[in-house]
Amino acid sequence: MISVEQAARANGHHHPPTLGSGLYQYEHPGRRRFDPQQVFNPELPPPTPAPNGIREFTLVLEEDQMHEVAPGVKMPAWTFNGSLPGPVLRATEGDTIRVTLVNKGRLPHSIHFHGIHPAKMDGVFEIVAPGAQFTYEFTAAPFGIMPYHCHTMPTSQHIHNGLYGMLIIDPKQGRKPMRELAMVMSAFDLDRDGEADFYAWNGRAFQYADHPVTLTRGELVRMYVLNMFEERMVPHLHGNMYQLYPSGTSLQPAEYTDVKTLNIAERAVLEFQYDFPGFYMFQCHVSEHMEQGLMGWFNVVEPKALVAQKERR
Amino acid sequence: MAGTVAEKPVGTSTLRDDAQPAPAESGALAHSRIAIIASALLPVMLLAGILYFLVRRGTGLNLAPPAPIERVEFERVELYPGEIRAHVINTGPEPVTIAQVQVGWLNRASWEFTVTPNATIPRLGRAIVRIPYPWVAGEPYEVVLLTANTLVFTHEIAIAAETPVAGGSTLASLALLGVYVGVIPVFLGIGWLPFLRALPQRWYYFFLNLTVGLLVFLGVDALHEALESAARVPGPYQGVALILIGLSLSILLLYAISGRVKDREGSGGSGLLLAYTIALSIGVHNLGEGLAIGGAYALGEIATGTLLVLGFTLHNLTEGVAVVAPVVRARFRWGHLLWLGLIAGLPTIAGTMAGALAYSALWSVLFLAVGAGAIIQVVIEITRHQIRESGAASLANAFNVAGFAAGLAVMYVTGLFVTV
Repeated sequence: MISVEQAARANGHHHPPTLGSGLYQYEHPGRRRFDPQQVFNPELPPPTPAPNGIREFTLVLEEDQMHEVAPGVKMPAWTFNGSLPGPVLRATEGDTIRVTLVNKGRLPHSIHFHGIHPAKMDGVFEIVAPGAQFTYEFTAAPFGIMPYHCHTMPTSQHIHNGLYGMLIIDPKQGRKPMRELAMVMSAFDLDRDGEADFYAWNGRAFQYADHPVTLTRGELVRMYVLNMFEERMVPHLHGNMYQLYPSGTSLQPAEYTDVKTLNIAERAVLEFQYDFPGFYMFQCHVSEHMEQGLMGWFNVVEPKALVAQKERR
Repeated sequence: MAGTVAEKPVGTSTLRDDAQPAPAESGALAHSRIAIIASALLPVMLLAGILYFLVRRGTGLNLAPPAPIERVEFERVELYPGEIRAHVINTGPEPVTIAQVQVGWLNRASWEFTVTPNATIPRLGRAIVRIPYPWVAGEPYEVVLLTANTLVFTHEIAIAAETPVAGGSTLASLALLGVYVGVIPVFLGIGWLPFLRALPQRWYYFFLNLTVGLLVFLGVDALHEALESAARVPGPYQGVALILIGLSLSILLLYAISGRVKDREGSGGSGLLLAYTIALSIGVHNLGEGLAIGGAYALGEIATGTLLVLGFTLHNLTEGVAVVAPVVRARFRWGHLLWLGLIAGLPTIAGTMAGALAYSALWSVLFLAVGAGAIIQVVIEITRHQIRESGAASLANAFNVAGFAAGLAVMYVTGLFVTV
């Protein structure tokens, strides 16, 4: 039994996991956490030009892949390339995008992309039968963050079970080079009672609490954020403010803030930098979402040169 | 069993003795005995064979469930400063692993926890889930356990209150609660005896029927409570079946005891005997009621406010009247009154203490059912007592019917104070 004082102390501080117990540290029996191998890598490598202006992707769709949604809790998920959320697809405005959907499930599926494209590439009519495949082809436009998800009925089930991801279309002239992160916000209703049991950055509750994202002090960071759940989400950074680019469809920031409500399927580009080292929470400001997994830590460290300099002294 | 079956046709001379001549009897006897034993053993051996075959080969029914069937039940949830402690039992067919815990207030929040002895609980195994949570008294909470297979089990804490720890002062206040709820009202009711004695004959019968009314109400109430608590009994322990067992066994046992006492003392002391039977049945009932009150207190489900205690006191006052009603016309030593009161009232104290310190729906159900059975037996006995003394027609006498109705009414009205 812990004392009131201990509990209050633990409750009063959101200790970073690396420093030991806080209440967002899950003392799982057997001390098991997420395997670092499982953690969804949010890092986006810098964009590269497409060969002959053609971007080709293959998404293999599988059903009932056991997905550890919170440490120790495994749900049968439907995945693109075994990943939940699906892999981040990236193209430059004007590229020809070809996405081949290989349906290895027992149900028909499809992919519906947001953005501008012909009706027959919309993923609503091109339902792909089990065992079949289909190639969606269209010109990348406009630039911004475009969600993609299965649009086969019942769509709510196909999306909830994990068939969603982020397509980033870069502007022709490119964006200022920065450290880039992709973050999909979503949730999981395990007992189908209409209320989500876990909320998550990139498909696993608390994965960046277990395994913080390391940033460097003064480094410019661009975060692509997408809300793929049917509730409002509010990305919030601690100890910082961000330049907000709604939907990522403009190169001029709309707002300088630290909270922005993203409605259903809404997305935004956030740009920021940390001026001080330490652990900072990044969370959804809907408290319930944070408490059920939509939170993580940035571990802001000194630049290597500075650390080396200090060590020399 | 086989022995009695085998012996009966032999010892009590039946058709066989008449049909068979004497010398052949011993051989035929041995033969038939073997046949009887064999016929008793054969099904058992066949059953063992079938069980062996089933265990080794399976049922052949390939009915794997489409999803894991898991069931975790909360036996008891305790609140200590900075900690929620849930005692759970796995009542599903397979072992279950508790993988995550959430605590709900306005919303649910994932929380740290530990499970002892093990997060993987075998079938019918028990575990204690400790959650270091800074709960606040008076607030409602929900304890949510999520299994590795994504099943969700919840327990509601209606009003958070610290679980009484087995300390001297808590025990004393629980005992005092028992005194208020059980002992004082019973003795106050007994205190009416001189008044009841002064009444003319037909008023005596009025009160006797009033007692029957009280008891019938009490019995139905106890069964209702038992059924409510039965819902809390972990599935495999079959709460409703426990009610049946407690009810029927207590009726039969009381008949066995009172029959034996009657045999020894003759029918002379039947009024006093009836009073003792009533006291005993009310005592068992009060034990169950005490367990329920203490349990509700432990589960943080009732605030034991003054009004509630007052309500119970008033409600149970009638129990004292019930105890002495059969002896209004009898002569006996006054010392018996003390014993009657103690038998009826004291179990309440044991109940409140046991219920608050180690609440178990199972025991609560059992004692409530036993109490209800005892009450039914007493109602039958009082009715027979009355028929013996003044004939069956007296049951339909308007005065007596009014008494019965008054008994129900008194219980209903005083019950208004108790209903939470």
